[in-house]
Amino acid sequence: MLSDEERQELEKEIEHYEFKRAACIEGLKILQQYRGGWVSDESIKDLADFLEMSPEQVDNVATFYNLIFRKPVGKNVILLCDSISCWLMGCETIQEYFKERLGIGLGETSADGQFTLLPMACLGACERAPAIMIGEQLYHNLTPEKLNLILDQLKASQVKESASGEIDGKTAQ
Amino acid sequence: MEKPLSKNIDPGKEPLDLKGYESTGGYQAVRKALLELEPKQVTELVKQSNLRGRGGAGFPTGIKWSFVPMAEGKPDPEKLAETLEEVDLGTRLERGGAGMAVGPKWRFAPYIDDVPYPKYLIANADEMEPGTFKDRYLLEGDPHQVVESMIVSAYAIQASVGYIFLRWAYHEAARRLRKAIQSAYQAGYLGKDILGSGYDFDLYLHTGAGRYMAGEETGLLNSLEGKRANPRTKPPFPQTSGLWGKPSIVNNVETLCNVPHIINKGPEWFKGLSLTEDSGTKIYGVSGKVNRPGVWELPMGTTLRELIEEHAGGMQNGLKFRGALPGGASTDFLIEEHLDICMDFPSVQAAGSRLGTGTIIVLDDQTCPVGFVHNLEVFFARESCGWCTPCREGLPWSVDLLRAIEDGEGQPGDLEILDELTKNLGPGLTFCALAPGAMEPLQSALKYFREDFERHINEGKCTWR
Repeated sequence: MLSDEERQELEKEIEHYEFKRAACIEGLKILQQYRGGWVSDESIKDLADFLEMSPEQVDNVATFYNLIFRKPVGKNVILLCDSISCWLMGCETIQEYFKERLGIGLGETSADGQFTLLPMACLGACERAPAIMIGEQLYHNLTPEKLNLILDQLKASQVKESASGEIDGKTAQ
Repeated sequence: MEKPLSKNIDPGKEPLDLKGYESTGGYQAVRKALLELEPKQVTELVKQSNLRGRGGAGFPTGIKWSFVPMAEGKPDPEKLAETLEEVDLGTRLERGGAGMAVGPKWRFAPYIDDVPYPKYLIANADEMEPGTFKDRYLLEGDPHQVVESMIVSAYAIQASVGYIFLRWAYHEAARRLRKAIQSAYQAGYLGKDILGSGYDFDLYLHTGAGRYMAGEETGLLNSLEGKRANPRTKPPFPQTSGLWGKPSIVNNVETLCNVPHIINKGPEWFKGLSLTEDSGTKIYGVSGKVNRPGVWELPMGTTLRELIEEHAGGMQNGLKFRGALPGGASTDFLIEEHLDICMDFPSVQAAGSRLGTGTIIVLDDQTCPVGFVHNLEVFFARESCGWCTPCREGLPWSVDLLRAIEDGEGQPGDLEILDELTKNLGPGLTFCALAPGAMEPLQSALKYFREDFERHINEGKCTWR
């Protein structure tokens, strides 16, 4: 079942197109965002009902696009640019760094469920290579030292977030 | 030196807002085109300017537009209003009988004046060619210029709906474009009866969900329709049968951004910007192991040497130039003997490559050319949509061979198989340009760096490791 918020966003989206099903890709992105960062079979079915498509048709689209995730991913998805300019500037060192620091290779999620590492086609940051994207944030001119700082900050801010969440929870009780 | 496309751009700062953009002459081209010129005159000016597509193929923009079916003269707003029906989503079905519900209050009419309705203009902002980062510069740097260019260009072909097809990863550009579109609506540059001209144009931002194929002209149309980004057979060409079977033009962002300036200052001025017979300026870029990688707007026809040695500050200490892809991953290598060629469409073509996107990727003498090409083919194999056999089967094969050679497991005869692949995946044998593009750096690497490939096989190792 679509939530009210999901339905509202989907309805806004279909206004942009002559045909409803054009919102399929955007719809997958919306459900992915609301539902833990990935698209489950249930999400496929909900969207299919809304767009008057079959679940198979929606899944056909979902499995084509590399930023629609059909399996659970970590809290932070790290997109590692491995295209030519980043390769020239050492993206392989960056990949090794993640293996050492987080114990994950491409396509893997860290044991604590915090990070998933995925390869990514050129991020268009070639003059600032090597580059990665975490969430909507681009990080560039990377070195292992710089990455250490980025990951430390990210972990610290998320620990703070979940801590404040707990406090809110207790107040609510 | 005039820099019309980038005069407002100051990277690192927020772009100009509507007022700021207007104060530098922004939206004057909308006024001029919509209030003083007929649609066909706009196309004619673009044709005379000899503007060529900046997305890679270099097709003349005005000629592309001239294939769109047009009614005579200016549109009659009353007649338009009479013919159009506002249809509600879910209350009725499409007339074709496919059973697809139409959008809420979508304005619908199959034809107006015997011309299909609506027509579409799409900005291809799905920049994903490896080594290419020029459209990002324009999208983030001056979003109102993108919006204005879409209005003027849409008017020329009488499109009533436009989309900016933006790649997912360009979040900053998305934020800035949304803001620009919103303020252009508020100022009356978008929507119904723009500036009292009787011309209606709606513009939407559409963000993708990945895949290089979504930037291929017909793959993009499928993706915009909510489908897989597989290519379509041509003909019919999108100009007559594109998005939802309606006349559609897909233009690259940089191409479109030139249009308002051509309308304001004329085709002769535009031709004069260039150093050679190709018109205008070009947003060039350089990446790789140079001292100052970056993007610059320069006269069309600037030499490869000037770009690398002056603007990019030359090679990093201790490294020598070995070769370069002049216009993104899917262009043939140029080598030292080509450094003095002018970077325009005919000159790069005469040197055996393509200007492509004009963003140069430099290969230095300390980097293995086999590893370089292997990286490119891994990208192309991964991004192949699998629609046609040569691409789906041939690209992974080339990756396997290149990986074996790079790992010291190459066999005599491998290079001949690679040579053969470059022919079997070449132009005319596949649905779209992905595989032929993938073969360009491979065939030229086999030509210019063949001894490196042979040494890998003979010595059973990569000598750079």
